[in-house]
Formats: sequence, C-alpha cells, structure tokens
Amino acid sequence: MSSRTFAPLLAAILLLAEPARAQLTIEIIGGGAIQIPIAVLPFAGESVLPQSITEIIEQDLSRSGRFRAIFVGGVSPPPTEIAQVSFPEWKSRLADAIVIGQAQRLPDGKLEVRFRLLDVLKQSQIGGIAFTLTAAQTRLTAHKIADFIYEKMTGERGVFSTRIAYIVKQGTRHELRVADADGQNAQSILISPEPIMSPAWAPDGARMAYVSFQNKKPILFVQNLTASKQPAPVANYRGSNSAPAWSPDGKQLAAVLTKDGTSQIYLMSPDGTNLRRLTFSQAIDTEPFFTPDGQSIYFTSDRGGSPQIYRMPASGGEPVRMTFEGDYNVSPRVSPDGKNLAYISRVSGRFQLMAMDLESKQVQTLTDGQRDESPSFAPNGRIILYATDVDNRGVLAAVSSDGRFKQRLGIQAADVREPSWGPFLGN
Amino acid sequence: MKKALFSALTLALLYGCASTPVEPEKPAEPSVQTPAAPVAPPLAARPVQPAAPQVDLSKRSVFYEYDKYDIKDEFRPVLQAHGKYLAENRGKKMLIQGNCDERGSREYNIALGQRRAEGVKRMLVLMGATEAQVEPVSLGEEKPRCVDHNEACWWQNRRSDMLYGGEY
Repeated sequence: MSSRTFAPLLAAILLLAEPARAQLTIEIIGGGAIQIPIAVLPFAGESVLPQSITEIIEQDLSRSGRFRAIFVGGVSPPPTEIAQVSFPEWKSRLADAIVIGQAQRLPDGKLEVRFRLLDVLKQSQIGGIAFTLTAAQTRLTAHKIADFIYEKMTGERGVFSTRIAYIVKQGTRHELRVADADGQNAQSILISPEPIMSPAWAPDGARMAYVSFQNKKPILFVQNLTASKQPAPVANYRGSNSAPAWSPDGKQLAAVLTKDGTSQIYLMSPDGTNLRRLTFSQAIDTEPFFTPDGQSIYFTSDRGGSPQIYRMPASGGEPVRMTFEGDYNVSPRVSPDGKNLAYISRVSGRFQLMAMDLESKQVQTLTDGQRDESPSFAPNGRIILYATDVDNRGVLAAVSSDGRFKQRLGIQAADVREPSWGPFLGN
Repeated sequence: MKKALFSALTLALLYGCASTPVEPEKPAEPSVQTPAAPVAPPLAARPVQPAAPQVDLSKRSVFYEYDKYDIKDEFRPVLQAHGKYLAENRGKKMLIQGNCDERGSREYNIALGQRRAEGVKRMLVLMGATEAQVEPVSLGEEKPRCVDHNEACWWQNRRSDMLYGGEY
C-alpha cells in the first residue's frame, strides 16, 4: 500500500471563494452496454467522516456507465482485510470485483481512509491505497478511490477527481462556477450582472480564460483560480475579443479579435503579450481549438460560404476543410487522444452533437436535441459534456463518446450552459 | 431599470415607426450631454440642425434576416442620418452593438454579430463618419432583447444598435 497526502494546490482550489448556492443534480438517461459488476462494501468506521465515502465511490462508478453496483446488504461486520472476505458469497452475487476499506481518526486529529480492490475470481488483491485527509477532503478522497478502481478495471484513467466549469444564468445574474465532475462542491469564480462566456481551463488546472461583457463588449480575461479578485484583461482591443483556447503546453492562448476587421484568430502569451495574427481572411474565423500534440488548430470559418470546420498548422498557414455535410458545422473540439473530432451540426434546423473519426472521416450523430452546443471532452476522452435545452431551460448533458450512455445535470430555476471539463491534476 | 425603460422605448419607437420610416417632425438629439443618465432615451426633442432633418436620430436599430448581415434598404435613411450627424459632430463617439438570435454556436454568433456591427460602421463611414468615431462590437446572443424561443422574438434579437457616447 502506498500512502498519499494531497498537494497544497488542490486544497487551495477547494477552499476558494464561497460555495455556490444551488448544486447541479444528475439524472442518468441511458445505459452502457458492457458494465463491470462491482460491490462497494461499507467502509468500517466510515461514520467518522462527514459523508458516506462508499456511497460517493459507488455513485461515481455507476454514473460513469462502465460499472454496475452489486447489492451489498447483509454483510456484517464489513470486512477490512482480504482474509475476512467470503469470496464464494460475492461470486454467487455475480460481482467481478469488490471494494473493502476502513476509516479512522488518527491521534493528530487527521483522518485516514484505506481501501483494497479485490478480484473475486482470482481471490486476490488488485490494489489499494491509504489516504491521510481532512474532513473537507472526504469527497475528493472518494473521487480518487473511484479513479483508482476505474483505472484498474478499465485500463483507462478515471475523471472523477477532475473538475468542470460552467456558466449559470439566473435572471440578470451571471456566474462562472467550478465544481467536481459529479456537479457537487460548486464554487463561484466570478459573479457579474453582465454575461460571461467561453470558459477555458488552462492545462495546469490553475487558471481559466473567459470572456466577460462587464464593459459592454466582449473582453478576454485569464484568471488565476487561487486568486480572489478579477485580473486585468489579456485582450481588450477595439471591437470584440473572444473564443479563448489554450495550447497544450499552456504557454500560448489562441483567441479571436476583430481589431483588424472581421473575426480573425490570433496567438498570444497568456498575459496578452507577444500578439500575432494567425489567419488572414475576409471571412469569419473563430472557435480555435488546439490538437493535443499542439501542432494544429481546428477552427470554424465561413470562408466557403457557410460555417464549416477547418484545420491549420498552429503556426498559421493554409487551412484544410474538414466538414462537408450540411451548411452549419461549428464548435470543433478534438479528443484528448487526437483521434476524434466532436462538433455541432445543424441538421433540419436542429443543433446536434457529432463525432468524426479523424482517420476514416466517419461521422456519428451522438445526440438528438434541439439546441445542443458547447461540447467539451472529459480528459480521458470517454465522455463529452455539452449544453442543451430541457423545457426551454439550459442544462448540461453528458454523453459517452460512443453515444450509448447519457446523463443530464441541471439546477432548479436557472440556466446552466457552456461546460468546460478541466484537465487531469498532478497526483 | 433604466435599460428596461430604454429598450421599451426603443421598441415603442420602432413599432410606432414601422410603417413610416421617415418621420418629418421631432428629430431628437442623441443624449450625450447627460452623463448622469447613461442610457436615457432622447426624450428632449430638439432639432439637431436648423435645416429640418428628414430622419429621426432616435432610431437606433437595424434588423436582419436569419444568418445574414446585409443591411436592408429600409435602414439606409437611418444610417445616412447618423452618418451625417457624426460627420458634423466630430467630437461624438458611437458604439455599435451587433446582436444575434439564440440559434447556433455562441462564439460563432459573436462573430456574426460583429459582422453586423461592422456593416453598420462601414455604412456610417461612407456617410461621413470617421473610423475613430465608431466602434463596432458584438454581443452575440448573450443580451437578447426578447427571450422567447420563436421567430416573434428572434427577429428582434437579430439587430445592431447604435449607442452614442454616454449611453453605454
């Protein structure tokens, strides 16, 4: 067993600002095809924690669409060591894996949570970790445990401990929020009577670019998430300043400015210096998005007569058109492995989320909404978060990249929009 | 409050003028001398120039077809009047805010709204304003005047507004 404590940065982000008023609630709509049956047993002594940690772990795993929770009732006391586990019992309950653990208060007042992930068929331990934590880190610890289980069982990194950003509009109140990937633990980053749009996480997870209308026009900001006050603008040129996108190394920001005429794509340092123009068209060029290798930029342009998606070298140069079906293809986002392109297409007056396999150029329709927009890949590429409408109210929705598993995240009496999924964080 | 009042009045003016784009009487001066009331509508009607202008400067909006940014002929007299006013009042500044209806990508709509505002700016410059006097910006679909999800609302949101210094 390895032992870990959390990096100070994470703690700082969690402690930032006031908790947001209403939390996102999650509703699962569809089911995945193949789900791993897993039993998460109650951790011994978990009543020392402010919340049931096993409940959060189980919810994380179920909501991923990759796991099915097995009934764990009738086991008392809960086992804490492998020798105490009755494997035939779990085999008969059709569990492939079980999770056992315990929580306790340490002499110094801190808390400790340790768990083991066990293979039911092999009757052996797959892995385990002991965490030292404060009470406020209970949710984060649960998400880290769920990440560990997810990775061991699927071979891919879990995203439960990552964070999402989104905009909440309630009347004339606009709010930029950051929350856990499950919508809980939301914090306000910025509250404004004027619109806020296009939040974009820096790859380090510690800064966010966004567009604010507080000066009656779109102006671009980059905010350090650990700082409590709004920074100076990084792009406040004549005309409009919008559509920020980070290079994968976090050293450059692509954005759209109109200081030289129509909307064109520029590159700059994240502090706004070293500005240089990337596109030179008479058309609209907007919505830049870097490929994960940093070599190319996808963007939307109407240079061919209708908005379509193009790709160009990140240093500028001749663009290649990527979409040909339909007359409105916008909002390109490349998957973290660089193999797929998610975008929004207008089909018979409806705006739907599409996914293109970049090698075969095969296109799949992932959603069937009326107004689906602003797609954002989870950092493991498995889920795409996007904004949609339910009964004329803005909500967030998530769909697995194969289109099979869907869920919705909404807040009562408010519009939620423009999700941006944050990066994996260090430990 | 003031903004809502302003919008309501602008709307009222618009509807009132829909069938008579050229109003002979009551030309109003842009309320630039009242910094205390930044969005006050030009209620105090005074002739801008003695030689009775043919177009009411209180008309501030241009409307568009879906996905389009070309300026329809019916709005040319309004733009002509504002261009002339800016040409004769070099100290005046104007912010042109382009807007879109809610359909489509938010960022693409910022670009489309910018094009609409840019088109108005070009026309004003043709009519005598200088580049330095007019700044075209976009509000995209972020500041809808009307919030229902149908064409009765959408047409009002596909719009460029001309605001004089002190009004924004």
